[in-house]
Amino acid sequence: MTLNTPHIDWFGLSPVLTLTGAAFLALLCAVLVPRRLRRIGGASFSFAGFTAGLVLAIWLYVDSPNGHTIAAGAFYRDRWTALGQIILFAVGLATTLLGYEHMPGWGRNADPERRDDHVAEFFALLLASAAGMAFFVGAASLVTLFLALEWFSIALYVMCAIDYDLEGSLEAGLKYLIVGSFGAATLLFGSALVYGATGQVSFEGIAHAVGTQGLTGNALLVLGLALMIAGLGFKMSAAPFHMWTPDVYEGAPTTVTAWMSSATKVAALLLTFRVMTTAFPQNQHLWGWAFAIIATISLAIGNLAALVQKNLKRILAYSAIAQAGFMLIGLSTGSALGARALMYYLIPYSAAAFGSFAIVAARERELGVPVTLENLAGFGWERPFLGVAMWFFVFAFAGLPLGGGFVGKFYVFAAAYDHGWIWLVIVGVVATLVSLYYYLGIVRAMYMRPSEELQVQPGGGVAVSGGQPAPETLLHVAVGAALAVSVGSLFAVEPLIDLAKHAASALPL
Amino acid sequence: MSAGSLTSILIWLPVAGALLIWLLPLSRYATGSLALLFSFAEVGFWIEQLTRFDFSRSGLQMSERANWFGDLGVSYHVGVYAFSLWLVGLTVVVMAACTGYGFWVGRDRPRAYFGLMLLLTGATVGVFESQDLLLFYAFFEAMLIPLYILIGVWGGARRMEATVKFVIYTMAGSLLMLAAVVVYGLQAGTFDLVDGPASASRWLFLGFMIAFVIKAPLFPFHGWLPDAYREAPPEVAAVLSGVIAKAGLYGMLRIAITKFPEPTSFYRTAVLTLAAASLVYGSLLAFRSSDFRGVVAYSSLAQSGLIALGLFAGADLGFDGAVLQMVAHGLVSASLFLLAGVVERRTTTGEFRLLGGIARGRPALATLLMTVGVISLAVPGSSMFAGEFLILAGVFQRAWWWAVIGGTGIVLAAMYMLRLISAVLHEARGSTVVDEALDLRPGELALIVPLVGVLLALSVWPAGISHHSFSPDSPTAAVKSGFK
Repeated sequence: MTLNTPHIDWFGLSPVLTLTGAAFLALLCAVLVPRRLRRIGGASFSFAGFTAGLVLAIWLYVDSPNGHTIAAGAFYRDRWTALGQIILFAVGLATTLLGYEHMPGWGRNADPERRDDHVAEFFALLLASAAGMAFFVGAASLVTLFLALEWFSIALYVMCAIDYDLEGSLEAGLKYLIVGSFGAATLLFGSALVYGATGQVSFEGIAHAVGTQGLTGNALLVLGLALMIAGLGFKMSAAPFHMWTPDVYEGAPTTVTAWMSSATKVAALLLTFRVMTTAFPQNQHLWGWAFAIIATISLAIGNLAALVQKNLKRILAYSAIAQAGFMLIGLSTGSALGARALMYYLIPYSAAAFGSFAIVAARERELGVPVTLENLAGFGWERPFLGVAMWFFVFAFAGLPLGGGFVGKFYVFAAAYDHGWIWLVIVGVVATLVSLYYYLGIVRAMYMRPSEELQVQPGGGVAVSGGQPAPETLLHVAVGAALAVSVGSLFAVEPLIDLAKHAASALPL
Repeated sequence: MSAGSLTSILIWLPVAGALLIWLLPLSRYATGSLALLFSFAEVGFWIEQLTRFDFSRSGLQMSERANWFGDLGVSYHVGVYAFSLWLVGLTVVVMAACTGYGFWVGRDRPRAYFGLMLLLTGATVGVFESQDLLLFYAFFEAMLIPLYILIGVWGGARRMEATVKFVIYTMAGSLLMLAAVVVYGLQAGTFDLVDGPASASRWLFLGFMIAFVIKAPLFPFHGWLPDAYREAPPEVAAVLSGVIAKAGLYGMLRIAITKFPEPTSFYRTAVLTLAAASLVYGSLLAFRSSDFRGVVAYSSLAQSGLIALGLFAGADLGFDGAVLQMVAHGLVSASLFLLAGVVERRTTTGEFRLLGGIARGRPALATLLMTVGVISLAVPGSSMFAGEFLILAGVFQRAWWWAVIGGTGIVLAAMYMLRLISAVLHEARGSTVVDEALDLRPGELALIVPLVGVLLALSVWPAGISHHSFSPDSPTAAVKSGFK
């Protein structure tokens, strides 16, 4: 008996494979390399892996104008996948730089002797989760979708808990594991129901079956779709599936939070857009409304809850929920304009999300305690570059015209209006207004109170000696790159929108 | 240098200056000098623009256009009309004086301060020069960011409440405007202000107007004004009332009235009522105010009302007068706020009950405050008189009682301004006025005298602006044609 193996387009899978390979090499560093070389070793493989992945993803973007499935209909090789991977790997590269100096986190009770113990594992997990996300954005069937979801989720669970010296890191890992597994189970159950209704696992097969057999109103299909939306909602931390987000973002090492808040959203939102438009185009009247409502709830809950927070990581976590709401406005339209809006929005968003958490990491290091609005006072004057960068990031979140966040919001609103949903534009406008209060609160905390008012003096942290902050060259490079992307995307709208337009042309819109 | 790039330079030169100041680790003195140099360069470029401007031609001049994002029809499109040229001039002149004032008093953290002042200059010039709706919106919002930090960091004791109120008020307006921008642009298929068609949508008109009315401000949207004007550093208050408020009024002229002719006439009475209410109410509050800045702040509210009366009169004289009055009042209120700052520096207060008798032994201060005060109460022959006369004549053509209300405002202006002059300069010597307090120093004179000089020049030849804002067409015809 012969087994017919499908033809595999290895080049189409090469970014995922490269990162997986780099993850193995980084993992070998954790055991085969002397302790003092583990940090540089793991980081080098991570850097090399992400760089190679970036090059391959760009190559694939150029080389895949006509999207198609590869590996027996399991994976999409198209520009939507490639552009998503480019964003992911760029964030991964920046996370590598941040992780080199900030993994594990700088807690007061941390033992400097043991800092290098598990750092190579961190880079291995970072690469593995990135590979999983890169596979996730290209998933073409329910099976690969679930496989990729678990792949990157499991890596993230461990990454949250990796910093066992840090209070709350283990708690965050456990919480994320339980809630995340619940979300994954929901998604799996929904997938099973969809399969039960249509007898298909591939996205295009589902759409075809729904169309030919007239299953649009089928109860099994609709219930399956609803459960899938809920499961994906957990991953993109959209309300009402967001309860884990503030706790996990707060408890996880800040480097991991930076990675999660930007990369997970990119992967989850891009994949969700693809699943909905490819597998369930006939049910757009249902999921469009569902996502519009989820967007509204996310905007309301995220922004209102952020108003009363004092811990900076929690503020940014709630802001991430609200930002998911904005991006879901683009998603809910299910139109070509919405696809462009979502893809464009993700570029400045991921830069600003990463950058803002990286700055939190720097402040944590000098204080040795969690960063609050209270002990952020005077930060902008002490570290001018990081202060100005934070200024730009929160204003990018708020949609003020200092960065691409402004154009992103504009595009999202344009997509909603184009879809005939002017009420959603109004919701977004009101949400933006509310969000200003806490975004400006961060700027106020950084600049408008002298640090003499502080209880905690800078210099109390473990890494500060003689009152001088640590140089943190790589962190500055990463933040500078994020700043360049965030501001640059305001000026380079046309080229970026062209990229997004070509990427969106891979979808059946 | 092409004429179009001159327009762009006026926007981006100060932004480049701000970046330069932030990047270079210069000393306090060098930073201030550099910022001043950039401000003067702005004035120079504006004079160059003025000399090249062809007043015998109607329509947009010195325009420059580049694609920003084409799929929604958004472009980088800048250019000037005659009336925007005057407002750009007002901006660069007032900003130069205020930057100089910041240098003179030696603001803390000079690099941050001067960078933000330059950024504010660029954004404000951008508002007056943009000919694309989204670009206009971006600059309109961008003005807020440096202002927020300038007030929040260098402001007075209650600056926190002031900034929060200021930002929430203005952003509430401008976000509604963003919704209106999206809808208007997508309906029209272009965001270009020159090519864009007129719209009959009353909702859109209201979306734009709310932003402009808050920025100007008009009664009853002036809640942010007293706190912001009192808590801001004096030179920032000068910019705020002299220039930024004019951006709201400019928006009414350039967008609300021009693009929405039908809604404008539908809501004309309502807007005129608000404007008249602002004029009378603002004047009364100014008369009741117990401090220097309070009087100037509320008089700005009154003047915004007066200018809005002129704009919404829908008559040739009203438009001409409104543009002249925008420039004249911008210069007057900037000078008054700088003088308030000068007085506060000598006495540590602006409260009338602690002031008085400053004129004795300080002739330069007394002369300048007297001159500006007299111009500001629209004494016949002054530039403010010309502006107010034209506005009242314009609004008289709408209905005689508007002119009567406007005239009441002018009587009240004389009351509050004379009260201010006597409370500060004359009367018994206040407890905070000490002999050691010097007369105006040469540096201060160098800042305020040019502003007053321009005011006097405008008093001599107000037609320089009022006849050169919409020419060669009549203002109503120009507005009707959408400034094509």
